[in-house]
Parts: sequence; C-alpha cells; structure tokens
Amino acid sequence: MASKKESTFGNMVVVLFVISLISATTLGFVYELTKTPIQKAQLKKQELAIAEVVPPFDNNPMKEAETVKLSNGGELTFFPARKNNELVGVAVKTYSESGFSGRIDIMVGFKPDGTIINTSVLEHKETPGLGDKMSKTKSKWSEQFNDKDPKVYKVKVTKDGGNVDAITASTISSRAFCQAVDLAYAEFMKKYKK
Amino acid sequence: MKINILTKGLLKENAVFVLLLGMCPTLGTTTSAINGMGMGLATTFVLVMSNLVVSLVKDFIPDKVRIPAFIVIIASFVTVVELSMQAFLPDLFAVLGLFIPLIVVNCIILGRAEAFASKNNPFDSILDGLGMGLGFTLALTILGALREILGNGSIFDFKFIGAESNGMIIFVLAPGAFLVLGYLIAIVNKINK
Repeated sequence: MASKKESTFGNMVVVLFVISLISATTLGFVYELTKTPIQKAQLKKQELAIAEVVPPFDNNPMKEAETVKLSNGGELTFFPARKNNELVGVAVKTYSESGFSGRIDIMVGFKPDGTIINTSVLEHKETPGLGDKMSKTKSKWSEQFNDKDPKVYKVKVTKDGGNVDAITASTISSRAFCQAVDLAYAEFMKKYKK
Repeated sequence: MKINILTKGLLKENAVFVLLLGMCPTLGTTTSAINGMGMGLATTFVLVMSNLVVSLVKDFIPDKVRIPAFIVIIASFVTVVELSMQAFLPDLFAVLGLFIPLIVVNCIILGRAEAFASKNNPFDSILDGLGMGLGFTLALTILGALREILGNGSIFDFKFIGAESNGMIIFVLAPGAFLVLGYLIAIVNKINK
C-alpha cells in the first residue's frame, strides 16, 4: 500500500476531482439504467388507479388523456374510459397542495353524470397512522365518497359544513382530500357538462 | 476475534441504543415496524458499501479533505439505492422514498467511515458495516414495532384491533418516538451492565 497522501493543495484538488468524477459517472450510468423501469412503474401505477376508479372499459384511457391547465399553475388530467365507444366514466388525476405535509395526488372516477364512482390515492406524505388512513390499504374512510353526487353531497368535512366525516385527528388531511375531489368535480363539470 | 467486529454493533455498541447516533432517521421513520426495517436494511447496504470503498481508497485521500470525500462516496451510494429502489421495488419505495435521501446525513455512516473504515482493512470494514447496520436495523424494527403496536394496534400492517378504531395515537407521532426510545435505551443499558 502506498503511504498516506500529503495534504498539499494539488493533492486535495486532484483527489476530490477524481472522486467526484467517478461518482458522477456511476450516477449517470445508474440513472440511464433505471430511467425506463421507473417510468414504467409510474405508468403502471397510474393505469391501475384508473382501472380502480372507473367501470370496465375497452379503450386506452392513457392514450386519450387530456390535460387541463388551471389558472393557479396546477394541472388536472382527464382519462376518459369508453366501452363500445360510449363514455362510461372519466378518471381525473387531481391534487391538493394543502395536505398536512404537502401535496396529495388523487385519482377520482366520475360517471358521465358527475357521480363519484371511486377514489384512489396516488401519492401523499401524510402522517402514518393518522392522515394516511386516506389510502384504501389503511382504512375504509375514502369509501364514503363512492356513489355520491357532489351536486347534492357537499364534498367538505362536517366541520366546514359539508357531508364528509373527517378522519379522526386528521381534519387537515381530510380537508385536503375533499379539496382535491371538489376541484376534480368542478373541472369535470366544466369540461363534460357544457 | 473477527466475530467481535460483527457482533459488537448488535448490542454492546448498538448505534441507536448505546452510541445514540442517527437519531433523525431513527425517530422519523419508525412509525411502523416495516418502515423501520426497510430504513434499517437500506442503511445497512449503504453502510457496508461505503465502509468497503472508504477502506479501499483511504490511502489516496489526503487527511484534510477526507470528510468531503467520504460524503461524496456515501451520497453516491444513497442515490444508487434510491434510483434502484424506485425502479425495481416501487412498492417499498412508496413507503420509504421520503427517507432514503436522509441516509446521507445519517451520522452512523460518516461516523463508521471516519472511526473504523479509514483505519482498517476492507474485510474488517465490511464486517463492521454489516454489524453496525444490522444493529441499526434491529433497533429500528423494535422501535417501529412497539410504536405500531401501541399507536395503531397493528404489527407489520396486520391489525389486531377493530379496523376503524385507533390506538394511542401519540406513539405514532413524534413525542411517542422519544418515549419509546427512552424506555428501550434504559432496558439496553440494564442488559449491557
């Protein structure tokens, strides 16, 4: 083994440069290697979420996806589901920025008349054991939205005068969830009920 | 006495219960047993790899820049873990994704690179990384399991109280982490005496 390198300016610069170079090369390589699988995994997740929130369909909703830009810079994506060329439902990818720990992404399925079919949480950072009860895997809380028509069913927590029972001790998360569903409904009505 | 290097990390020099290192991921990620275990295993991987690399290149790194050099090495491994997990284990990534970047700032890893790997040969360094990592995993899993049982009434996501009922929520929140950790440290101190 070579003896320890002296801490001269030249040595330090060279060593740090070489280490950074090797790291950067490795990372670039790994990034290229994992890029496609990561994209596939995300698409797969979206596909599963769509299938979960709309009735059976025979088209490809991902291909017919339409994105709507909102005035505040956000965007919603609509995935129309058709069977025998007839619209059976629309999956809307919606979001809220007011979760307890930031952004929440949700997929909401609507019948053509605006009734909510089902919901599915795509991504959230809510507190485990509290706010994360919004996902189907943790609790049945979000099932209360199913088959409700937001025209008569106020998508707001009861504290705010709506019809939604908040998750125990997670009013903020529940509020954000409602906000996302409400936003999806409003945009859905604008687009499909003119 | 090679076996000592491996086993000392489990109890006698346990990173969490005895050395009290890496408190940020310890308290932050142990909201459930599976989260604690996943975080522990990911950390173990990074710890073993960075210990190995640091002990291999230790003679080429001038003393004055050793810390930045170690950090670059560690951060690279963490990013590799993050990307691979996202690509090949998306379900686990959904749970742990947030915490993976935290491994970089986990002082156990930098601590072992500095205190052990930079003074020992590669084989011993791997053993040390493995021992410390498994000790960390063990600690996080126990902590996570206790918090999950008390706070959520479940273990490894298997619920043993009614589906809609809550446990003692405080144990899932930050204060509960301190409470459980405190009692565990007391128990481990008693055993080690």
